[in-house]
Amino acid sequence: MAIVKVLGLETEYGIIIRGATEPNPIAASSTLINAYVAELSRKVSWDFEDETPGRDARGFAREGAMPPEVETHLVNAVLTNGARYYVDHAHPEFSTPECADVWDALLYDKAGELILARSVEAAGRLLPPGQSLMVLKNNSDGKGNSYGTHENYLMDRALPFARIVQHVMPHFVSRQVFTGAGKVGTEAASTGGIDVDFQLTQRADFFEEEVGLETTLKRPIVNTRDEPHCDAGKYRRLHVIVGDANMSEVATFLKVGTTALVLSMIEDDWFSRAGRDFTLQSPVASMRRVSYDRELTRPIPLADGRSMTALEMQWEHLDLARKYAEDRGLDSVGGSQTGNEILRRWEEVLTGLESDPMSLARQLDWVAKYRMIEGYRERHGLDWHSPKLAAMDLQYHDVRPERSLYARAGMERLLDPDAIARAVTEPPETTRAYFRGKCLQRWASAIAAANWDSVVFDLGKDPLRRVPMMEPLRGTRAHVEELLSSVSSPAELLDRLGS
Amino acid sequence: MAEREQIKKTPSKTEEETVEDIPTTSKKGEELKAELDDLLDEIDEVLEENAEDFVRAYVQKGGE
Repeated sequence: MAIVKVLGLETEYGIIIRGATEPNPIAASSTLINAYVAELSRKVSWDFEDETPGRDARGFAREGAMPPEVETHLVNAVLTNGARYYVDHAHPEFSTPECADVWDALLYDKAGELILARSVEAAGRLLPPGQSLMVLKNNSDGKGNSYGTHENYLMDRALPFARIVQHVMPHFVSRQVFTGAGKVGTEAASTGGIDVDFQLTQRADFFEEEVGLETTLKRPIVNTRDEPHCDAGKYRRLHVIVGDANMSEVATFLKVGTTALVLSMIEDDWFSRAGRDFTLQSPVASMRRVSYDRELTRPIPLADGRSMTALEMQWEHLDLARKYAEDRGLDSVGGSQTGNEILRRWEEVLTGLESDPMSLARQLDWVAKYRMIEGYRERHGLDWHSPKLAAMDLQYHDVRPERSLYARAGMERLLDPDAIARAVTEPPETTRAYFRGKCLQRWASAIAAANWDSVVFDLGKDPLRRVPMMEPLRGTRAHVEELLSSVSSPAELLDRLGS
Repeated sequence: MAEREQIKKTPSKTEEETVEDIPTTSKKGEELKAELDDLLDEIDEVLEENAEDFVRAYVQKGGE
């Protein structure tokens, strides 16, 4: 039986400092996050003890691999909503807390944007006159440099990794028709002879391998990082690096929702049971072929000799998912209400893409961006290489609402703005992030460090005391609210926990 | 493909909606077009002042 798909999203934001004589993106990212964190009562640092990103899902570890933050000693904070906010390489990165369904994953992704926007404001108050920061939620600078948006899904350790690879790869390639955030031009060395003025995704240009551990060079469509941040005997965390950062709530909802559902189907061996195999003849080339196909009509070849368009492949996935839902239910993706909403919106978007993609201008990022840029281009008689169009592409993703073109595109909203504002400081209630966040809200000064699977208390006299949280679905509001409200100090909490 | 046709056509509700869809879609199209025109009118006020400098300056280190 498919396990509950606990989820999270990590986003590396693009950043530039304007007006500085020697712009330094690492310093700019640190300034940004420090400015935000300084406005919080106390910074709690991240604990690296269990971080081993070099471990590989295929069963080997690279020697000498260290968490990147240890190498660079940069800002690293845990927030009271259970999220992690830090400098990774030369980017500010926001990792949502663990979420038990797609609604919370979307909510905390949007709360992350708001946190970045507030950080830009806070940094603006600290920077010398004439300097300002600009932060973009995108994945490319348009000059061949990419930074990632990663999705994480909890999966059953018993599942053979090869089966995940086999059945998730076609979804990763074909889901681009609704997950793409759009991009002017191409950054690929070769486009296979296709003229690319505008493509569906930010990221397709940067994938060179089918399967692998890398994230910065020779990026693979299926990443093998094996670092579950929980009981490794029971779980794996599928680390998905192939997606775009979405501004659109509908696009994020579908990106995460359909993928969680497809992964549940893989856990229940649904593709094999139905006798379906969409293995692609050439996944890397197909990634680009789909991204370069704004008309959504180019077929991609399958290993068995058939070929179909990405849209047709998505219809087939939806069809299988519906049958799966009828037969096995939707408990693993947040229950029937949430699961059915995923199915309903999935069908709605595929129907729209099939009849007229431009009808989805309020739902999908690539459509909204394309219409805006193409409209401006036509009105002013511009060439696709005009810097104005490249500037519009970038500014679609500005986190400041007053400068963001996304914010002006009239996009459909699924979330209540007040709920997003609450999620800036309040943790989700249905995962262990609740315990982490609530402890930080009450006792930040007694917490020496926190990471995904533990909270470490410093009570002043005894050795540091670590509360392990190896089960992502324990430590929820239902589990610990009563306990937390019945204790008046961290010492009492630790006594009650018996740790 | 046969099965795909099936899911799209089986529910009678979908067929009824399809019939009514035509006027709604074109109305929606007009609305979208009007909104786009308004947006294009104001875009120069929002865009970074010197687009060329801005685009040139926006260089990132690879991440992840």
